[in-house]
Formats: sequence, structure tokens, C-alpha cells
Amino acid sequence: MIDGNRAAVSRRLRYGVVVAGLLAALAVAVVAGLALGSVRIPTSDVLEILTGGAQPSPFRTIVLDVRLPRVLLGAAVGAGLAVIGTVLQALVRNPLADPFLLGVSSGASAGAVAVIVLGSVFGIGAGLATTVTIPAAAFAGALLSLLVVYTLARSGGGGFATGRLILAGVAVSYILSALTSLILITADSADHLKEVLYWTLGGLGSARWDMLALPGTALIAGTALLVALARPLDLLLVGEEGATVLGLDTARFRAAVFVLASLLTGVLVAYSGAIGFVGLMVPHAARMLVGAAHRALLPVAALLGALFLVAADLAARTVAAPQDIPVGVLTALTGGPFFLWMLRRNRTEATA
Amino acid sequence: MSVPAELRTESLTYRTGTGPGGKTLVDDVSLHAEPGETVGLVGPNGSGKTTLLRCVYGTLAPTAGRVLLDGADLAAGSAKDRARRIATVPQDGHTGFELTVRQIVAMGRSPHKRFWEADSARDAALVDAALARVGAADLAHRAFAGLSGGERQRALVARALVQQPGVLVLDEPTNHLDIRYQLEILALVRDLGTTNLLALHDLNLAAYYCDRLYVLDRGRLVASGAPKEVLTSKLLAEVYGVTAEVAVHPATGAPTVTYLPPTAPRLPPST
Repeated sequence: MIDGNRAAVSRRLRYGVVVAGLLAALAVAVVAGLALGSVRIPTSDVLEILTGGAQPSPFRTIVLDVRLPRVLLGAAVGAGLAVIGTVLQALVRNPLADPFLLGVSSGASAGAVAVIVLGSVFGIGAGLATTVTIPAAAFAGALLSLLVVYTLARSGGGGFATGRLILAGVAVSYILSALTSLILITADSADHLKEVLYWTLGGLGSARWDMLALPGTALIAGTALLVALARPLDLLLVGEEGATVLGLDTARFRAAVFVLASLLTGVLVAYSGAIGFVGLMVPHAARMLVGAAHRALLPVAALLGALFLVAADLAARTVAAPQDIPVGVLTALTGGPFFLWMLRRNRTEATA
Repeated sequence: MSVPAELRTESLTYRTGTGPGGKTLVDDVSLHAEPGETVGLVGPNGSGKTTLLRCVYGTLAPTAGRVLLDGADLAAGSAKDRARRIATVPQDGHTGFELTVRQIVAMGRSPHKRFWEADSARDAALVDAALARVGAADLAHRAFAGLSGGERQRALVARALVQQPGVLVLDEPTNHLDIRYQLEILALVRDLGTTNLLALHDLNLAAYYCDRLYVLDRGRLVASGAPKEVLTSKLLAEVYGVTAEVAVHPATGAPTVTYLPPTAPRLPPST
């Protein structure tokens, strides 16, 4: 048992090192995200502004009012999508699951695009498409697609089949994407194209201080709740029958977690648009670092997701400056190959 | 540790579908296992063994009849209540996710914990004791997915042990195992002190390790009793459609079945 204790202690130590390392890396990424961009601000100035020591200046405005909310929104959305992806992969017991699987992201996009485009078409004026109505419409769209997917995925006995869930999610995604395109094309409004593209691809450029409260609160509450549910989430990993004989009411629990994950996705993508692949890639990296048990995994996935999206957004702002590339383009560019690599790895494992 | 319970099924019936198209997989089966007894369930493929066991450990709800544990109806309680009293080794116990043997075994404490409760020092001690009991202490920090079939089976029995059940229900626990591990697992289970209900394929193993046997044929109970009363040439011909000799083995004292190749004219195929 001494060996066992030693192994347990070394694992705890390793976990501490991983968390501390990620926190340090996130701090570096945040400062870099504040310093770099179309205007380069010296790191010492950034730190002085952050600690409240600086006089009002253009730099101070850029750091505090433009870049900081954007970096914080990126961290919140990245952390949230990673946590949701982790949980969904446990829920469907498939490491290829992603928030997009639910169709929720597409629902949010469709809602936002409808408001952006139709708002001006019906001449209600630019007043309709505001920073309040767009997220609200996105959330409504997410909620609606959640209801549709959930209804379709429910089987007769009140159960909740994984295969049906995936198929329903994919089908709803396609239909909503088609609807989004239809709205866009029939509205014939080229001036909205960029804004709409930004939404469907996902970006953080519209971040402002007043947008942070809701996603921030949802992220913290949702993550805390899911960490508290770490034990039953672990049980899901051993399968339907395995979880049932260990006393978990799997049908009810999976339905509850699915609704929670969908609501959280809805709140997050309502502000950022549909940023893809974060929820697919980050959980894998996090599992490689600390294993699959959720009490340890979820906080690490959140940190890693925040780090990843803050860094990706920094790249999106700088690689083609002064062009601001939607960050979703970059995450998809890295995520697509990652997905293919996963598929290959799964295949070799399956045949081994 | 755990206190062995008395298990009883009362006219247990399981039907798929309704109306004339439905099939009765388990038909009015009443069986019982005394506290601490190891009871075997034998019968040909499709005779309803697995369905019956699933009704007992709760992944199927019986169409009619009851499962009683120490006289209390299991259907009255929650899945969690049941998991505190009945443990099993499920067939799909493996996982594609990286979990250590220790993490898998520790899951057996779940039915005794609140959702949000972390494992205590006592839980950890129970896990260590169970791993030692099945001879898997050295596997604790290995990846569960990387284990051999025999190691995996032992780990899952350890998980069932930390549930501290009154009854252990195992469906073909020797499946896919080398003969050495088959003997090891059955000896281990018999000596645990729990009440055991096992579905077994191999009649000789069933005869040697079980106190009593129940024979299922097409969902119905056709014989029960001590192995030497149940396993007869006549029953094997009727239920399995084979010619076999049964003799008491001088070394083990248990009845031993020797199958004889069919001679012309061939026996009619049993359906």
C-alpha cells in the first residue's frame, strides 16, 4: 500500500503542477492579448494599467475598454465550450462529440442572423439589431433547437438513445444552416454579409463590458454544478448498463445534463457566435494531462479552453492585421485536422 | 463487511412486446438463494438466463412477478437502493476513456454516496481491501483499458465487492477467460461469503462450484436441486438434446458430465 500512497501523492503533485502551469500560461496569454494587436502597447504599460496605476490615456482606453472585455469573453467562452465538450463526450460516450453535435450552436446562429437581416428588411430600422436583441435572438434560437433535438432524441420508453441524439442534432444543424443561408440570400442585403459571416463563423470582436456578466455567471455556475456532478458523470463512462447497476438513473441524469449543457452553450454562443472545435479538441488534451475522472478533469479543461481561445483570438487579430479574422475560422483550421487525426487514431485502436 | 441476503424471485415473467407477437423470455420463474449460498443457473442459449438475471439486477423491469431481497420487493426502491444490495459485473464494463483500475473499482462506492460527495479515507481503504482480495492490488494504477480479460474480470469483481452487496449476480463470469482464470474467479466468488446467483455455460464448473442449480429451458424452470440430483443423462438429453454420461468424479466428488458424440440415427434437433 506504500507504493499506492506514493503513486497517489505523486499524482496529486502532478495535478497541482498542471493547474499552476495552466494558470501561469493563461496569465501570459491574457497580458499578451492586451498588449498585442493593431496598436502595440508595451507590457510594462499593460501591467501598470491593469494594476490601476496609469493615468487616463488612449492606451488605457484600448486596454481596459476594448481589449480586456474581448480577452475575458474569449476566456469565458473557451472555458465554457471546453467544459461542455467534456461533459457531452461523457454523455454520448464518444470522444468525437462536440457542442455542435446538439444543433444548439446552429440554432443560435440562425436566431442571430434572422435578427440582423430581417431587422433591416422590414424597415424597423437598425434599432432592432442591437447588442441586446442579437444575443437574445441567438439564445432563443439555441433554446428552440434544443427543444427540437430533445424531442426527437427521446425514445418511447422515456429513455434517451445516444444514436438518436447524434442523428437528431446533425439533422437539426443542417436544417438550421440551410435556413440561415436562405434568410441571407432572399434578404439580398450585401451590407449585412460581413456581420452575418462573423456570426456564423464565430468571433469575439463585438465584446463589450456589458456583455460579460451573463456568460461569466453562467460559466461559473454551470462549471461548479458539473464538478459537483463529477461522480455520476464518471459513471456514464462505463456505459448505460454499468452506470445503472451502480445505482444511477441514467435516463433522468443524461436528460438533465443534456439540458444543462445546451443552456450553457446557448448563453455562451449568444455572445460569440458559433466557435467550433474548441469543445472537441480541448477535452482530449485535458484528458491526456490529468485522466478522464471528471472532478480533476473539468477544471483543467476549463483552464485549457480559456487559454486556447485567448491565444487563438490573439492570433486572429494579429496574423492578418489590421484585418480581424473571425476566431472560429482559426479554431476550425486547427480543429479539422485534429478531428481527422482522432478518427485515424480511433481506427487503429479499434483494429489493434 | 457485507451481510449476505436472502434472494427470492416470485413468478418472475418477462415478455417482449404485447399481444400475440410478443415472446415470453422468462416464464413464471420462482427461485431462491439462501444467505451465503452459491446458486447456479444453467440452460441452453436462449433459455432466458441473461434476461432473468437482468430482471434481478435491475436493467430490465419484469412484466410480472417480483424480486425479493430479505423479503422486501426491489421494485419499491430506487436504482440506488438496489445497487446497495445487489452487485453485478456488467458485460459492457469496458470504457474507451482513460481510467485507472482504482478509479473503476472506486465507482463501486457510488451507491453509498451522495452525488457530490468525494471518496473518504474509509472508501479508499475498502477499495484497497477489495483489490487485495481479488489479487489485483498491483493493478491499481494501471489503465483499465489495457488489462487482459482475466485481470479486467477480477477488477470488476473487486468493484462489486466495494458495493458491499448482500447478493452478487454474475452472468457468465468465465466468458472469454483462460481456464485457469475461470477456476480462479469461481473459487473467489464462492468464497466471498455473499449470496451468489451465477449464470454458467459450463456444466462441469457449475456442478463443482455451485451449492444448487436451477435449469432453465425456453424461459421455464425445468429442474432444481443439488448438482448431482439435477445433472442426469435424461435431463441433458431433454434440455440440451445431447447424449452424455454423468459420473461422480473421484477427486472432486462433484458430478462430471462427459458428452458423447451423436451416433446414427441422429437425435432430432431440439428447438
